[in-house]
Amino acid sequence: MTAAIHVLRPGLLTSVQDLGRWGHQASGVPVAGPMDSFSHRLANLLVGNAAGAATLEITLIGPELEFEGAAMVAVCGAEFDMTANGQPIATGASVVVSSGTRLHFGRRRAGARAYLAVGGGIETPLTLGSRATHLVSRMGGHHGRALAAGDHLPLASAPPPPVVRKSLGLTLPSGRARLRVLPGPQIDWFPAEALRTLTNVSFRISPRSNRMGYRLEGPPLTRTRDGEPISEPLAFGAIQVPSAGEPILLMADRQTAGGYPKIASVISADLPIAGQLAPGDFIEFALCSHRDAATALIARERPLLRVLDATPRP
Amino acid sequence: MTIRPSGDTMLLVEWEQSIDPVVNRRAIELAHRLQRRIGHAVHDIVPSYCAVGIHFDPLRTDLTALEQAVEDEARQVQDLEPDMAGPIVEIGVRYGSADGPDLDAVAAWAGCSAADVVERHASRTYRVYMLGFVPGFAYMGRVDETIAAPRRRVPRDHVPAGSVGIAGAQTGVYPIASPGGWQLIGRTDVVMFDAARATPSLLQAGDLVRFVPTRMPA
Repeated sequence: MTAAIHVLRPGLLTSVQDLGRWGHQASGVPVAGPMDSFSHRLANLLVGNAAGAATLEITLIGPELEFEGAAMVAVCGAEFDMTANGQPIATGASVVVSSGTRLHFGRRRAGARAYLAVGGGIETPLTLGSRATHLVSRMGGHHGRALAAGDHLPLASAPPPPVVRKSLGLTLPSGRARLRVLPGPQIDWFPAEALRTLTNVSFRISPRSNRMGYRLEGPPLTRTRDGEPISEPLAFGAIQVPSAGEPILLMADRQTAGGYPKIASVISADLPIAGQLAPGDFIEFALCSHRDAATALIARERPLLRVLDATPRP
Repeated sequence: MTIRPSGDTMLLVEWEQSIDPVVNRRAIELAHRLQRRIGHAVHDIVPSYCAVGIHFDPLRTDLTALEQAVEDEARQVQDLEPDMAGPIVEIGVRYGSADGPDLDAVAAWAGCSAADVVERHASRTYRVYMLGFVPGFAYMGRVDETIAAPRRRVPRDHVPAGSVGIAGAQTGVYPIASPGGWQLIGRTDVVMFDAARATPSLLQAGDLVRFVPTRMPA
């Protein structure tokens, strides 16, 4: 029998994600992928997978899963009280679970999204080269949707366990986070005062937020121009401002293109932190330079390189 | 034409803000050229009406070299002429009734009959300027200005797959059921997007399209 994960309870929003469905945005296909790609990749490396293997993204309320077949697993990102057959297990470390093990996600301690990697990866079918779930277009993952009770997710045969089994993960935000931004491509659509407001005020993530984007509640950002720019390509982390002035931070399930002016973009190094925020949390934005963004990204990636360096090569 | 970063993961090439076949052709041709030259080295190359986005991995990209490659290729497309007439994709449409619940509203907006709306919508050849919104959704233009009704004030929560709509000067077909605010004038059985096909999207940017009435409104 092929190894599988049997979903006993799905949690609030649990979906299959890999590093995204790149290369098809010209056909309108959104990228999707993890909200916190750092924790997704770290979990994979801890179980000896390639960084792009499919994991489960677990949101706010965790699932209960039963393993049909032995597996090596690691959970990174948000911290939950986790148990395997009732025994507590740690976040940020690889653990071997035997066939029949029930993995239970209890109370959430910090962060918003956890990533469960399984040695060998989750082997739902590829759609356009990716297993990432895009909820709106119902593409990828397990039948293009969030997991439901009774689902069975096939697992690949696992590579030998890696030697390194622990790593420091992200420093998780607790209720608020500071995210560094670069000025956006339509910064000239806004008066200087709008950028000052963006970088001096705490914005609250609205309940009307999802994997596509976070609506940000705060003072409206004024514009110097009416109308909208003509639709153009969008990137993860762009902050677009519709005419009512409520900014939207674009996240993993963003559309491929859009027609609102973008005042700023969150830097890559800080996107995993953004992915660990939930509705009701606060964001403070801070302006930085392209050099700062590059330095911060290298610092962010260092723990991933350490895991790789410590893994013996054949 | 300008080349500038959008955040630290995308370069954006932009021409003057316009919905113009010649400018659009530059964007599409630049995307094709870049795909051939640097497609293996970047995440994605995405043309739109009058811009191209080049998504890259900042840890594995020499930004100066990327900008240079983009600038070289952008110079090559600066003097393109308008498209020669290409093959036309025909899409059969059942206009009106339950398939086109806004046809009468568009006719009222235009001050003409429903049959006139159909005649004007189906008598033009449209250009696909870009795809976006959901997989396979093609933004086409330009719609005859006499029937270019604006989006519905209140969008629908559920627009059935295959619905053909108008939003101002744009027309398009919803490939999957989704929320949407376009004025729905008809519906097609043509499958706009299928991930299992060799070419999943029926339409690509730059294609020419005609709508063929398979049923006229009652």
